Amino acid sequence: MSQHQEKARIIRFEQLSEDNVRLTLQAPLIAAAATPGHFVMIRAGNGQDPLLRRPFSLHQASSNGQIQIYFRIVGRGTDMLAHCRVGEVLDVFGPLGRGYRIDRQAPACLVGGGLGIAPLLFLAKRICQSGRDHHRDLVILGGRSSGDVEPLVDDFRQFGLSLQCATDDGSFGRQGLVTDVLKAEQLDPGTVVYACGPEPMLARVHRICVDRGLSCQVSIESVMACGMGACLGCNVDAAGGGYLHVCIDGPVFNAEDLVWNS
Amino acid sequence: MEFLKEHGSYPDLRVNIGSLVLQNPVMTASGTFGYAREFEPLVNLHRLGAVIVKGISLAPRQGNPPQRIVETACGMLNAIGLQNVGVDRFLSEKMPYLRGLDVPVIVNILGDTVEEYRQLTERLVGVDGIAAIEVNISCPNVKKGGVAFGADPQMARAVTEAVKTAADVPVMVKLSPNVSDITILARAVEDGGADSVSLINTLIGMAIDLRRRKPVLANVIGGLSGPAIKPVALRMVYQVAGAVSIPVIGIGGIDSAEDALEFILAGASAVQIGTANFINPRVSEEVVEGIAAYVREHDLQSIRELIGALEA
Repeated sequence: MSQHQEKARIIRFEQLSEDNVRLTLQAPLIAAAATPGHFVMIRAGNGQDPLLRRPFSLHQASSNGQIQIYFRIVGRGTDMLAHCRVGEVLDVFGPLGRGYRIDRQAPACLVGGGLGIAPLLFLAKRICQSGRDHHRDLVILGGRSSGDVEPLVDDFRQFGLSLQCATDDGSFGRQGLVTDVLKAEQLDPGTVVYACGPEPMLARVHRICVDRGLSCQVSIESVMACGMGACLGCNVDAAGGGYLHVCIDGPVFNAEDLVWNS
Repeated sequence: MEFLKEHGSYPDLRVNIGSLVLQNPVMTASGTFGYAREFEPLVNLHRLGAVIVKGISLAPRQGNPPQRIVETACGMLNAIGLQNVGVDRFLSEKMPYLRGLDVPVIVNILGDTVEEYRQLTERLVGVDGIAAIEVNISCPNVKKGGVAFGADPQMARAVTEAVKTAADVPVMVKLSPNVSDITILARAVEDGGADSVSLINTLIGMAIDLRRRKPVLANVIGGLSGPAIKPVALRMVYQVAGAVSIPVIGIGGIDSAEDALEFILAGASAVQIGTANFINPRVSEEVVEGIAAYVREHDLQSIRELIGALEA
C-alpha cells in the first residue's frame, strides 16, 4: 500500500446532525490507494495546538479522487475541522492501516453503531461492486437517535443492500441496540460480520458471533500520534498475550484476536 | 565558496560530531522514526544527516499497557515503556535494511544495569553499518534503571565508560532534563569518555482524566515532548555547550529550520527532530532544506559558522 501526504481541498461540507459532520475532500492519491477500513491522519489547523493529527476512518473513497470523512465533534480538533469551509485545504496523510478483508463468497452483515457507521459505507460499496448477488447481505445501523442514522440511510440504500436500523431512543428504526437487531436476524451460516462502533457494542457483536460460529471483523479506535507504527502509542491487548498496534496491525482486526472486557 | 557552488556541495552543511562527519546537522530522534523503513515512502532518507533508531535493549521489551500517549498543550506525553524487538531481532531483521541506506545509522541503546549496557555494546561491535551509538540513560518510564542512571553523575559516568570501552564507534550520551543541574551530568559523561552529548530527553509529566478521576496514562507519569519543551531544551543546550568541550546535539520541540538554527546558535553542533515526525513525516527533510536556504541567504561559508554564535 502506498501512503501519501496530500493537500486536500474541501469540496463539500455537510452538517448531518447537530454533532455530526461529513467532509468531502479532493485527495486523488489517497482515494486511489484506499480500501475499506483504511484510515487517514488529518491536521486540524496549522499551528502547534492542537499538536497531533487526528485519525479518521475513510467513509468513502471514489474513483473521481474524492474521499469522505464522517465524524462527531468531540473535542477541539474535531471542532476546528467542523468549522472548516468549502475551499479550505487540509493536510491529509494516508491511507493507513489494515482494512477489512472482504470475503467475496460469504454473505456479509455490516453492523455500525454511532460514528462506527463511518467506514461501513465504503465497505458496502466495495461489497456491492463485486457484482455478486447480494440478497443475503445485510446492513444494520444504529445510534443514539435519528440524527446518527437517518441522514446516512439513503447513502446505503443506493447500493441495494437490505437495511435495518435501530436507535437508543426509538426516534428512527426500532428502539434498541444494533446488537438486538443482530441477535434477531437469522443469518446464513458462513456469514462474515463486519463491525465498527463503540467498544461495548463490539464486545457484544463478538460474543454473538462466537455463539453462532460466525467470522467477525471489527474496526477499533485508539489514541495515536503518528498512524504509521513509529510512536507505538496505540497498543491494545492481544488475545494471544502481548500487544497489537491499532495503526499497523489494525484498525480492522479479527475480533477473536483481541481481548474483550465485557 | 565559489568552488563549492560549482561542484554542487554548496551550501556546506557538514558538521562534525567528534570523528563522525554528517552531511548536515539534522537527525531523527530515537523512538520517533521507528527503524527508518516506516518513513521510506515519505522521506528521502539519504537527505538526512543521520537516523537514530528506536532504542534497543538486550532482551525484547513489551512496553507499557495502554493508554500510552496523550496530547497536551503544544505537546504530548508518552509512556511507551521502551517497547523494542531486542538486540537479536534488531541485528537480524532491522540492520540488513538499515545498512543499505545511504545515511549514517545511529543505534540507541538502553539497559537496566551497567553490565547490560556493556553486553549490548559488545553485541554491536563489528556490525557493519552502525555509525555511532547513542546511550539512553534518561528514559523516565522504566522504574529501575533509566531514571537512576540519568540523574546520578557517578552512574552516568560508569555507564558511559562501560559503553565507550566496549564500543568501536563514537558514543553519544543522551541526557535527561529531569535533574537540578544538567551540566553536572554532561561533565560526568564527558569525563566518562563520551564523544558527544544529546539533550534533552522528555520532561517527566502527568495528565489526569477528571471525569474518571484517574491518571490518563497507565504508567501514571510520562515524558513530555513537542514544542512545549523547546524553551527548556534551548536553555539546557546553551548551558551544556558552555560546560563541556565535546559536541552537543540539541533536541526538544524542533519542528522547523528556524527552531533547528536557534539550537545551533545556542551551541548545538547538530539537532534531532522527534515528535514533529509524527505530525509531518517529511519534517526532517524540510528542516534540511530550510537550513540550506538560510545558509545561502546569509552568504555563510558553512553552517559551522553558526554553532554557538549566539550574540550575547
